[in-house]
Amino acid sequence: MNELAITVIGRDRPGIVADVAEVLARLGANLTDSTMTRLRGHFAMTLICVGPAAPEVEAALAPLAADGQLLATVRAVTPDGETAPAGEPYVMAVHGADRMGIVAAMTRVLAAAGGNVTDLSTRLAGSLYVVVAEVDLPPGAAEGLAGRLADAAAGLGVEVTLRPAEPDLL
Amino acid sequence: MTGQADGSDLDPQAETYAGLGDWTPEALGDGRVLPVVSAPNPVLSRAGTEVDPTARETVQLAADLIATMRVSPGCVGLAAPQVGVGAQVFAVNITGHPKAVTVHGTFVLCNARVVEATRWKAGREGCMSVPDLTGDVKRASRLVVEGVLPGSGKSVRLVTDGFEARALQHEIDHCGGLLFLDRVAGAHAIYQRKVYL
Repeated sequence: MNELAITVIGRDRPGIVADVAEVLARLGANLTDSTMTRLRGHFAMTLICVGPAAPEVEAALAPLAADGQLLATVRAVTPDGETAPAGEPYVMAVHGADRMGIVAAMTRVLAAAGGNVTDLSTRLAGSLYVVVAEVDLPPGAAEGLAGRLADAAAGLGVEVTLRPAEPDLL
Repeated sequence: MTGQADGSDLDPQAETYAGLGDWTPEALGDGRVLPVVSAPNPVLSRAGTEVDPTARETVQLAADLIATMRVSPGCVGLAAPQVGVGAQVFAVNITGHPKAVTVHGTFVLCNARVVEATRWKAGREGCMSVPDLTGDVKRASRLVVEGVLPGSGKSVRLVTDGFEARALQHEIDHCGGLLFLDRVAGAHAIYQRKVYL
């Protein structure tokens, strides 16, 4: 069996998830991890599944994109080998006036500290731009990082906070 | 629930009142409705300065916050930075809110700080200064706050819980230059505010 990475992006309408899942089920492709959201009203779905060869899945999804409103791509991916050791989970929140390069500059500071962004969302609301990133940091990397993030934020004219993530374990 | 008397260290010379005592917002006089500023206005990201709670301008600001809060639908709290004033003053009134447990009515506190915070719970928050977004924020649901009443200048210690505790923490954050956006729980804890037709 093949591990496949599938993306479906386009104009939102009722039934896209059902249509995609139906095609995959018919092919015997087992949907493992998936995420779907709407980004400024556009439908956006990414999923990993295990099933037949990529060309067969892509051909089966092609009718969904026939009207030009959706784009579906299928790529074979190599199954994950070793899982990287988990770091210390932190949440970085950034907000301020929208301008070019906020995500690039702030995530570069995280990357330079060895941080691995595990989840990210951005929102533009009027002139307010908000970035929230969940990041795993190597042990001890958080020390001094808040100061470097503050320096980068000051250069962009935005605000930043870095806090330990607090998972609720029940 | 009302507050409990204690030996507040806010001002050792001042008598500390449990709850609001006989303070009423009417004693502040008439307030003006002020425009509310929105993020990314920099005044929202600067810590407010401490104020003299008995100064005429502080009393006027307190009255203005209440007047502005009262004409703003759904508003349960308003801090000075939200009307463009970098000062540690805020108004709160959660009376009638469906999530209210303990309610102290309409009040204003100056130079307030949290002295005890326990029983942390996540909840959804909005803000007049971030009109298009809401977010999930973890806040203490049992809270003790000390501050000073405008006008009388009396130090008070408020013991509260539930939604009033959340509102107080949100407003004290404003006075410290923080928005709820600075405390959201994670990457998927911010939401576009729904517009209902």
